[in-house]
Amino acid sequence: MSRGCYLALCARPVQFEKANPVNCVFFDEANKQVFAVRSGGATGVVVKGLEDKNPISFRMEDKGEVKCIKFSLGNKILAVQRTSKSVDFLNFIPDCPQLEYTQECKTKNANILGFCWTSSTEIVFITDQGIEFYQVLPEKRSLKLVKNQNINVNWYMYCPESSVILLSTTVLGNVLQPFYFKGGTMSKLSKFEIELPAAPKSSKLSLSERDIAMATIYEQLYVLYLRHHSRTSNSTGAEVVLYHLPRESSCKKMHILKLNRTGKFALNVVDNLVVVHHQDTETSVIFDIKLKGEFDGTVTLHQLVLPARSIQPYQIPVAGPASVTNQSPVPCKLYSSSWIVFQPDIIISASEGYLWNLEVKLEPVVNLFPDKGKLMDFLLQRKECKMVILSVCSQMLSEPDGGTLAVIATVFDKLNHEYKKYLEAEQSYTMVVETGQSRGNPLLKRPVRTQAVIDQSDMYTHVLSVFTEKKHYLYELVIKTLVQHNLFYMLHQFLQYHVLSDSKPLACLLLSLESIYPPAHQLSLDMLKRLSTANDEIVEVLLSKHQVLAALRFIRGVGGHDSISARKFLDAAKQADDNMLFYTIFRFFEQRNQRLRGNPNFTAGEHCEEHVTFFKQIFGEQALMKLTTF
Amino acid sequence: MAAAAAGGAGQEKQLAPALLSFFIYNPKLGPREGEEEKKILFYHPNEVEKNEKIRNVGLCEAIVQFTRTFSPSKPAKSLHTQKNRQFFNEPEENFWMVMVVRNPVIEKYHKDGKPVIEYQEEELLDKVYSSVLQQCYSMYKLFNGTFLKAIEDGGVRVLKERLEKFFHRYLQTLHLQSCDLLDVFCGISFFPLDKMTYLKIQSFINRMEESLNIVKYTAFLYNDQLIWSGLEQDDMRILYKYLTTSLFPRHIEPELAGRDSPIRAEMPGNLQHYGRFLTGPLNLNDPEAKCRFPKIFVNTDGTYEELHLIVYKAMSAAVCFMIDASMQPTLDFCRKLDSIVGPQLTVLASDICEQYNINKRISGSEKEPQFKFIYFNHMNLAEKSTIHMRKTPSVSLTSVHPDLMKILGDINSDFTRVDEDEEIIVKAMSDYWVVGKKSDQRELYVILNQKNANLIEVNEEVKKLCATQFNNIFFLD
Repeated sequence: MSRGCYLALCARPVQFEKANPVNCVFFDEANKQVFAVRSGGATGVVVKGLEDKNPISFRMEDKGEVKCIKFSLGNKILAVQRTSKSVDFLNFIPDCPQLEYTQECKTKNANILGFCWTSSTEIVFITDQGIEFYQVLPEKRSLKLVKNQNINVNWYMYCPESSVILLSTTVLGNVLQPFYFKGGTMSKLSKFEIELPAAPKSSKLSLSERDIAMATIYEQLYVLYLRHHSRTSNSTGAEVVLYHLPRESSCKKMHILKLNRTGKFALNVVDNLVVVHHQDTETSVIFDIKLKGEFDGTVTLHQLVLPARSIQPYQIPVAGPASVTNQSPVPCKLYSSSWIVFQPDIIISASEGYLWNLEVKLEPVVNLFPDKGKLMDFLLQRKECKMVILSVCSQMLSEPDGGTLAVIATVFDKLNHEYKKYLEAEQSYTMVVETGQSRGNPLLKRPVRTQAVIDQSDMYTHVLSVFTEKKHYLYELVIKTLVQHNLFYMLHQFLQYHVLSDSKPLACLLLSLESIYPPAHQLSLDMLKRLSTANDEIVEVLLSKHQVLAALRFIRGVGGHDSISARKFLDAAKQADDNMLFYTIFRFFEQRNQRLRGNPNFTAGEHCEEHVTFFKQIFGEQALMKLTTF
Repeated sequence: MAAAAAGGAGQEKQLAPALLSFFIYNPKLGPREGEEEKKILFYHPNEVEKNEKIRNVGLCEAIVQFTRTFSPSKPAKSLHTQKNRQFFNEPEENFWMVMVVRNPVIEKYHKDGKPVIEYQEEELLDKVYSSVLQQCYSMYKLFNGTFLKAIEDGGVRVLKERLEKFFHRYLQTLHLQSCDLLDVFCGISFFPLDKMTYLKIQSFINRMEESLNIVKYTAFLYNDQLIWSGLEQDDMRILYKYLTTSLFPRHIEPELAGRDSPIRAEMPGNLQHYGRFLTGPLNLNDPEAKCRFPKIFVNTDGTYEELHLIVYKAMSAAVCFMIDASMQPTLDFCRKLDSIVGPQLTVLASDICEQYNINKRISGSEKEPQFKFIYFNHMNLAEKSTIHMRKTPSVSLTSVHPDLMKILGDINSDFTRVDEDEEIIVKAMSDYWVVGKKSDQRELYVILNQKNANLIEVNEEVKKLCATQFNNIFFLD
């Protein structure tokens, strides 16, 4: 891994036959599939996707040059565009007619710019004069027009994740009209205008599709506009302008990412980060719109999160049977001019026949942030962040110049905040479900426990356990550490302010400290009292201190004196070596016997014979309580 | 209570107890005849004739020596006479401190106009004044170290100088007429706080100790109540007394005065925060400002540490930084401290205030306490009183009659005699009931004013109090 390169191409790319005069390569953004079409399909079509291991291959009749080829969702129907007037269809559904069928666009004199599948049987044609939304009926080998809209279109863009098609309209091309597709319906969202860097001199198309991208960032759909540096404006370089495109209301300019450089750029979105590739310097930069920027009242300006770095060097595995050739892998040319970038995170090298996912690596990032607080803000938003965060914490605590207390405090505060947020969300979700308010509320979702939710056991296992040999829980660790360093008064004050939560094990731990730190006795008893489920333990503690009367008064106070063992108390009273005490306790139980059974004598099951004998010995037979009869 | 309250139908004058004399001696310093004066290390009032001083010291020596025969392990603590009471204390081996207090007096006028003086021999409580005497020593030791250390440092001369310098001023602040049970406890009032705010304070202290890396111990107070102490309990107890009865009250005037008042204006203002030094430099902008901090001595039984006491306050939050006496804090250090601690302490103080108000609202404890009580826990020295309205350096204002306070003292003396848990209920004159409870290390004294209440009802009332005020501790019914 070289000097903090935080971007990498995935290790397992999709490999396909390189583009050449007889082999055309297409990419479908919706299914993320690469199509290699040889000789118009006559000598074969190979379809490879990112997830599927088995490529689909088939043959089709060469009816002319293929302009566009895409499967519907689920690979049910194949659509092929060969002319600018019509699209051909081929069913891939078992037991369906296998013959091709064709659909011409409805608008006269219109040219089809392209098409997009919005479900397994719904397709949208985009023509230079509007869009047409069709339902495909594979059994009937025909299409039914659901809706169409006339509008002059320069170019279009489709975001399959959000089912939104964006059309470039007007002469300058900078008025964008979004359409949203769901459940067989097409809805028109409000159009918006992209502010061009400078007023164009002539009335020609001024907004290119190359400078626009659509992506979902932090669950919101954005239109990203790459605004190039213009000499007339006083900007210091190119910028990426983010327009937020909500389904319900109109589009709004929200963020500006300052690139501070000029030249050729390409955009990706990975793990909610906007990645901007710069071909001239062969480096990339990233932006996180959740990090604090400079808010000017309407938009937030963001500077680079990290210094620019190249994508990690990539070795192309040598083709062919490696065992025979035994060649060393060839380094891949990065930022090549033959690269094509697709949203959100796809990079394709058509000349070499590779499709990669771009990935963000978090380990190299750690040392690029001088400010640990900012580093945490950054890491907490990333998908695979847990282990990196824990290693940062561990490094902070164990290395001598790891961080000042203020920094450590900030970092832990941030982790706690995230944990708290999750717990609260979980709690309110549970409450809504339990009270039955969840019915008829489709928006209610169980909160997702992301990797940023770091709990006690994570922290313990990966960060704190190095400081101790044995496995404890956090409170136990705190106590043992304080005891080891003789900081009893500190421990004491922590308990006084309930920093360590009450529990039976903790109370027992305190009891065990009594011999080295006597106040632990009171602290422990108080804790048991607060627990309110530890009355038996309190009695045991008092009896062990020979505080027999206190134990009896306590258990009577909480109403448990009818079920306690007389023998246990008499034993303790006898050990205390105080005859008057023994007399009192003995009399108490005689009275209890009288009250419960109408007879002061002990039953055999109580095993108090020895104590009765002892009582008679000391106080005489006549001192025993008489059976009262009325 | 008041020093000379006129009372009764006839011409009657009441005189409060007063300090007659106070002296410190060591019999080993002048064992031979004719050298008796050498034994005397300090004598108040100094004007007393030499031979009388020698006589009084000799008398005390004799009494202690004589009574030792009967109780070798527990030497005499006090001597009761008609006119006064003497208290003895041997804080260090062979060093004796004696305090002579005149009994309160009622001056009556005979029909013929002649005054008749009546000494009230049974009014003073031994435990209260013995405790006052012990505190005299503890306070001296806090600022001067032990007697022995002074002699090691520079002989008897140095010890005498230190005693003279310290007690000359200190004895004037004793106010013997307003001593009561709280002087026996010499406890610490803790500020009630939720866990999160408490941890914020912890975190603040840790950060400060880290950035001002010469700090050895820190203590944190809010509203004159303790929240955190890095010092051990016994040292904190006396430092707490000094802070709350002497240092803080002296600085309260400018604080109450507000920002724009002339008193406040004299203090160097800082617009960024409210922090200021209560000890040390007054004006940080003055390049000539003296950075002299009081020295204190802690852990005198063990490591014997000498420290500079830096007390810094922002609004109601006060923090004490204690640094090793071998380090001399410079003006630069003070400025650094001010710039680091000031802003953070200001924020913290308002956080605490806010959280405290929230907690108060939640627990509903805003209402005036219906019970008059004093609570003390020997284990952590926690003290709470709803009887004392305000403790000022001159008087402790109590809301109950001194006779009742005396009953509290008597009950406390009874508790001291036995180890067992006890409960004592006293029916006082004028419809008051006084209840004392002792459970393990804790003592609770309640004063109830309920006409015609019987013993059972009083017992129920106290139970109610325990259930509301002390439900989170183990307190036997």
